[in-house]
Amino acid sequence: MGQISLSSVTKTFGDVTVIPPLDLQINDGEFVVFVGPSGCGKSTLLRLIAGLEDISSGQIMIDGKDATDAAPAERRLAMVFQSYALYPHMSVRKNIAFPLKMAKIPQAEQDKKVENAARILNLTNYLDRRPGQLSGGQRQRVAIGRAIVREPAAFLFDEPLSNLDASLRVTMRQEISELHQSLKTTMIYVTHDQVEAMTMADKIVVLNAGNIEQVGSPLELYHHPRNLFVAGFIGSPKMNFVTGAEAARHGCATLGVRPEHLEVTADGPWQGVIGLAEHLGSDTFLKVQVEGVGDLTVRVAGEQGLHHGQTIRLTPPADKLYRFDKGGLAIGGAA
Amino acid sequence: MARKTTPAKTAVVTIAAWTIGFLIFFPILWIIILSFKTEGDAIKSPLQVLTSGWTLHSYAEVQTRSNYALHFWNSVILSLGSTVLALVIAIPAAWAMAFVPGKRTKDLLMWMLSTKMMPAVGVLVPMYLLFRDFGLLDSRIGLVVVLTLINLPIVIWMLYTYFKEIPGEILEAARMDGAGLKSEILYVLTPMAVPGIASTLLLNIILAWNEAFWTLQLTTKNAAPLTQFIASYSSPEGLFYAKLSAASTMAIAPILILGWFSQKQLVRGLTFGAVK
Amino acid sequence: MATEQSRTAARLMVSPAVILLFLWMIVPLGMTIYFSFLRYNLLMPGMESWAGFDNYYYFLAQPAFTSALINTLLLVGGVLLITVVGGIALALLLDQPFKGQGVVRVMVIAPFFVMPTVSALVWKNMFMNPVNGIFAHIAKAIGVQPFDFLSHAPLASIILIVAWSWLPFATLILLTALQSLDREQMEAAEMDGANWINRFVYLVLPHLTRSITVVVLIQTIFLLSVFAEILVTTNGGPGTASTNLPYLVYAQSLLNFDVGGGSAGGIIAVILANIVAFFLMRMIGKNLET
Repeated sequence: MGQISLSSVTKTFGDVTVIPPLDLQINDGEFVVFVGPSGCGKSTLLRLIAGLEDISSGQIMIDGKDATDAAPAERRLAMVFQSYALYPHMSVRKNIAFPLKMAKIPQAEQDKKVENAARILNLTNYLDRRPGQLSGGQRQRVAIGRAIVREPAAFLFDEPLSNLDASLRVTMRQEISELHQSLKTTMIYVTHDQVEAMTMADKIVVLNAGNIEQVGSPLELYHHPRNLFVAGFIGSPKMNFVTGAEAARHGCATLGVRPEHLEVTADGPWQGVIGLAEHLGSDTFLKVQVEGVGDLTVRVAGEQGLHHGQTIRLTPPADKLYRFDKGGLAIGGAA
Repeated sequence: MARKTTPAKTAVVTIAAWTIGFLIFFPILWIIILSFKTEGDAIKSPLQVLTSGWTLHSYAEVQTRSNYALHFWNSVILSLGSTVLALVIAIPAAWAMAFVPGKRTKDLLMWMLSTKMMPAVGVLVPMYLLFRDFGLLDSRIGLVVVLTLINLPIVIWMLYTYFKEIPGEILEAARMDGAGLKSEILYVLTPMAVPGIASTLLLNIILAWNEAFWTLQLTTKNAAPLTQFIASYSSPEGLFYAKLSAASTMAIAPILILGWFSQKQLVRGLTFGAVK
Repeated sequence: MATEQSRTAARLMVSPAVILLFLWMIVPLGMTIYFSFLRYNLLMPGMESWAGFDNYYYFLAQPAFTSALINTLLLVGGVLLITVVGGIALALLLDQPFKGQGVVRVMVIAPFFVMPTVSALVWKNMFMNPVNGIFAHIAKAIGVQPFDFLSHAPLASIILIVAWSWLPFATLILLTALQSLDREQMEAAEMDGANWINRFVYLVLPHLTRSITVVVLIQTIFLLSVFAEILVTTNGGPGTASTNLPYLVYAQSLLNFDVGGGSAGGIIAVILANIVAFFLMRMIGKNLET
């Protein structure tokens, strides 16, 4: 079981409010990602759930029980820290076994669980090494191993991949997703990287300045962002925002167009000059200065021989335009 | 400074460094040499480094005439006792300040350090009278307490800087893993803090061993450590160079050897965590 | 990590240290202040009487006080100057690669482990003695009249002895700091055309500021109360030529048995130390925060 619900939770440090009243429901077995720019309060929120910080007001329920004042260890949650927080003076085996030792589980059973976790995580050959002798990815796995053996109600991940290099990050991302599929335990995952959020989450919680901007599945957020912030944050490259006369013509204050939805056509209504062309092979990203519209990013599939200085015409997709009012709220979802 | 080095430059540096190092070390080397000479050879003019008759005579003389063993033992008890006592008080305090910092923690630390700024003479008279009235003059227990108190601020400060370097996330991980305060200290904090505690311990032993204000003021004979024992050679025995050298060598040898062996830990300890 | 529970535990853990240090500061100091207003001589017990500010007046008015004050400042300043400048030079030297670095470092460190009474006696007898000291032998060898250091330049001699004890400390701290200097920064400066003087002034010195602060702070604490070196070498003399404030207070209270006067002197020493401390604390407060 791993059902967590927050009601009217707030957190203030002195005079500074980090989390204004916030409600959130996390269902059993869900993979929930908290995403937002740095300083948005996502890590604080995770630490409140973990019990590492006291909440200022409100209530946290875990599996239907009030856990508001429970000590971290009593909440049956396991956490993987950004720095991994491995105990440097203990072997991998002892690191993984530490929570079991604290729970006074018999030695034989400890050994069995550690071996088991090590097998799942490919750490069997490293059990007697110290953390200092491991690579970044292996350390990451030890930290996860330490979390797994406790069979927690939920896993909490605090930006666990941010210290890894790009290719390892992709591998670990997949491993964590596979782990979730096999364990079917609730996972709460904090990241500032929207790609991680999109690829891993069942449910994404977009946070900004302590407020929840939107909660939904990755595709919901992609197709139906509730406001400008979510629209700009989800999707890569970022959505283009057009204001002024062009937006007014579409009956909104801001018009949003995703780069991948713009088409290069011979007779499009928007004409512009290519300022920069980034050739990735699979795609080409263009920065286009469009008269009367502004700078737009365009994603073109494959290689079409477009280059700097060339004048092209673009067609905005009639069915994939996002319209926002003066307050930044979406008007009727995607038009 | 630069990576490029020419053989000529290396030679100059080598000669300069060895010369200066030797000059700085020379007084210690000299008393070691003198301590093995006879009194006559020790003051022979012109000076000779090597003599005909090397002898251990002076060492035996020092022990019989001024009971070196007793003073050595006093030094051990005073420095170890005060250090252990200070650590027992300082470890919890430094732990709390490093891991549960409050608004006033910095001020508290500064205040603690400022007690060290109070010159000993400011309290010499009352301490002397208190010791006299409680019968503590020339007693080890009284001096252990005083040495503990004078070094406590430095011990706390050093431990604080060491503890500060232990990442907070590790302690949080321990808490998430179900470790209570006791297990947290026992299994996680202590093993990680051992290097820091060790160098604090070493430095404090050295400071206590060489402390030469209160040990001189508050002891005369029975509780007198080696600082006082040497001071008694001030005159007229000071003119017996071989004996004075033997006594000096015996007074500094234990701490010199300890210091050399623990050089690495000491360097960090000496910098009080302020320099990395 | 800061939950209410851990805060309470933290307070409990700090309190023994705070209470002990508070008592240590307040009880003897309170007694000193009280004594400093009494006419109180150990040779005449039971004759204590209220003296008002007389003790302070007599302590400050004696000519020995002014010279003790000047000697104290000269001693602290002189030793700091020698050890900081010497320490920087030595650290720069030892930072270069050369054969036997380990051995040289062990030799340079050694004086720090020598107790003050030993170093004072060794310097006094084996080096500065006008008949049998090494300096006298050297003087004779080159045909110069031996110089009686402790009679004719007592304070300078004591500064030399104390500086010898503290030079290793300064060197070691500065060397450690020097080794943490970013090599790429130095190389960048070299590429930018900075010669070694420029690199020293604009990169090395600023990098060392923090550790110089530490050296000055720690040494000042100890140097303000230099005592043993004076006791075994000159006994403060000749006259009061090498008497510093701690020694003057000691002489007044335990040699002349004048508790009142000694206490007044002690309080003056505390006030002086606090003035110095005020500036030091502001200095490290600024340098250690960052």
